[in-house]
Amino acid sequence: MRLALILALLPLPAFADVSQVIDDHILPATKGFAAATHALADKAQVDCAPDAIRPAYQSAFDAWMGLSHLGFGPLEQDGRALTIEFWPDPRGLVRRATAGLIADSDPVVDKPDAFAEVSIAGRGLMALEQLLYESQADPDYACRYARAVATDLAALADAVQADWRSHADLMRTAGESGNDRYISAKEPQQVLYTALLSTLEFDADQRLGRPMGSFDKPRPKLAEAWRSDRPLQNIRLSLDALRALATGMSDTPIPVTEAAFDTAQATAASLDDPRLASVDDPQSRLKIEILQQQIRAIGAAVEAEIGGDLGLTAGFNSKDGD
Amino acid sequence: MRRRGFLTALLAGAVAPRLSWADAGSPAILGAAREADGGYALFGIAPDGADTFRIALPARGHAAAAHPTAPEAVAFARSPGTFAIVLNCATGAVLARLHAPEGRHFYGHGTFIADGDILCTSENDYATGQGRIGLWSRRDDWRRVGEIPTHGIGPHEIKRSEGDILVAANGGYRSHPDQPGIKLDVDRMRPNLSYISPDGELLEQVELDAELRKNSIRHIAFGTRGVVAFGMQWQGDAADGVPLLGLHRRGEKPVLDRMPIYEAMAMGGYVGSVAFDAEGMRVAISSPRGGRVQIFDDTGAHLQTVLREDVCGLAPARRGFFISDGLGGLMQADHDIHALSKKRGRAWDHHLVPVGL
Repeated sequence: MRLALILALLPLPAFADVSQVIDDHILPATKGFAAATHALADKAQVDCAPDAIRPAYQSAFDAWMGLSHLGFGPLEQDGRALTIEFWPDPRGLVRRATAGLIADSDPVVDKPDAFAEVSIAGRGLMALEQLLYESQADPDYACRYARAVATDLAALADAVQADWRSHADLMRTAGESGNDRYISAKEPQQVLYTALLSTLEFDADQRLGRPMGSFDKPRPKLAEAWRSDRPLQNIRLSLDALRALATGMSDTPIPVTEAAFDTAQATAASLDDPRLASVDDPQSRLKIEILQQQIRAIGAAVEAEIGGDLGLTAGFNSKDGD
Repeated sequence: MRRRGFLTALLAGAVAPRLSWADAGSPAILGAAREADGGYALFGIAPDGADTFRIALPARGHAAAAHPTAPEAVAFARSPGTFAIVLNCATGAVLARLHAPEGRHFYGHGTFIADGDILCTSENDYATGQGRIGLWSRRDDWRRVGEIPTHGIGPHEIKRSEGDILVAANGGYRSHPDQPGIKLDVDRMRPNLSYISPDGELLEQVELDAELRKNSIRHIAFGTRGVVAFGMQWQGDAADGVPLLGLHRRGEKPVLDRMPIYEAMAMGGYVGSVAFDAEGMRVAISSPRGGRVQIFDDTGAHLQTVLREDVCGLAPARRGFFISDGLGGLMQADHDIHALSKKRGRAWDHHLVPVGL
């Protein structure tokens, strides 16, 4: 089976063994997120006051940024990615869902099994952010609610980690008979490639694009997790994760892609604006717009340097309308 | 009046075509694809997924219209195209080239009425934005013989239903060939689903509530018990997670899909195709942007999600659905998914068209 896989990949010299990407990049990411959410849940068991939980929340969100770009497979089952982080949220459903539970003092937060049935907007990191960074009229209830979210996140992370072990086997046996998830040897490469490109697009269009809004109508409060000062941090960590994926995917040097990452990462590091709140200031806005263009330039480099080499394409239908 | 007389004459003198779909290898469906060399072709596809024929196309197509009995297909250019070609699928010969008249362009879909004697094409009268259905006579060497209104702006798919009643998905926004890909007047959208008699009379029209006016009605499929399914494309925020499938019976109010919020959001506000299964009881919508197909019962209750990158083409299969994707995969999706074929370098385009339905 192993040999068959190696032979199947032979005509594609520039692409690293998918197994290696799984072992070096994907499985460690699932492990890191599980560890961080368990630390969060453990902390919340001991002390669920906002001050006590915030550092563990931040670490869990950091770990999530190392995993969330792998949106296929276990993360797309049953809406897990959105359950872990309900964003973008243009209709303000997280606020509505958390406010609803709080207003009712809904006892569901005291029943870990039942909590998994709560609307996904009322679970996950974004709900936790509301509880930890907005003032609470009923701190005792918010505390128990935060504990329930933390415990639920750890359970979600465990499920993702467990499912990734079997999904990794599916990727390793791509194209073998009976594998209806990956029906050719090339498909695992394709999904990784698409994950890379679509997350770059997500960073540019959503993580940056939403707060930017339009020049006349910037929307800083639409930035991702702005209450907990994460908008810029998430972009920086996302770029780190994507760079690791890109270099892991390619066996040959990808200098243009690396240079494009360098440029964007340097710009991101130079921004002194964790919340991207300065999108309404023309001077600062320009810098954020430049970062957006630089992230798009990474996508173009990836298409030329990785996609072109491997005959991978993205979006024959998804980029075409009608 | 003259048009009506013309149609009646055609119906009275209908002549059986000489060739049948069996002469083209009895395909279950037709699908267009880009091939490894960058060219495009139309394929006939057998129930087991094998090719029954391949005919080269001059450019990327959108959808095809299959003649009900003769092995003939009309392949449309992508909107805003101005040409379509009629192919003999048994011989590969080009039977005719249809050119949209001055001031009109095709939207990429068509359907046959009058036992296959009249081809109907969805068109834009782009000076006014009014939707049109062009009528072309197969027996008169594919001459354009008239046009009727779609009773809306920006029609996309049109489909013949029983009694030659045409169902038109009027998408609601305008477009102009000078600005390809640009949606005009989105803020004033009034999409509708219209039932139209062959002489152009509006028989019934369905609109959604005002808060869903930005949901462009674009694709149509027929189930049993008179159900018409329509697939929509949301022109608001893609993360809104609004319903994207409507189900309608004549004389009743439409009902909308009920899918989990995370599936609705993952669809990216976009449906590329809609199809019922062969029994007409389950209906599927696809989103290449979301990389997934959602399957519902015919009341809109959600049954199943199929995950597949760049998936778009949908058609009824013996059991469940054919689904095709831009990576060359052709699958059969019932309660389980089975790969039928994977052609290296072949990218299946938006639509699979059932033959003989």
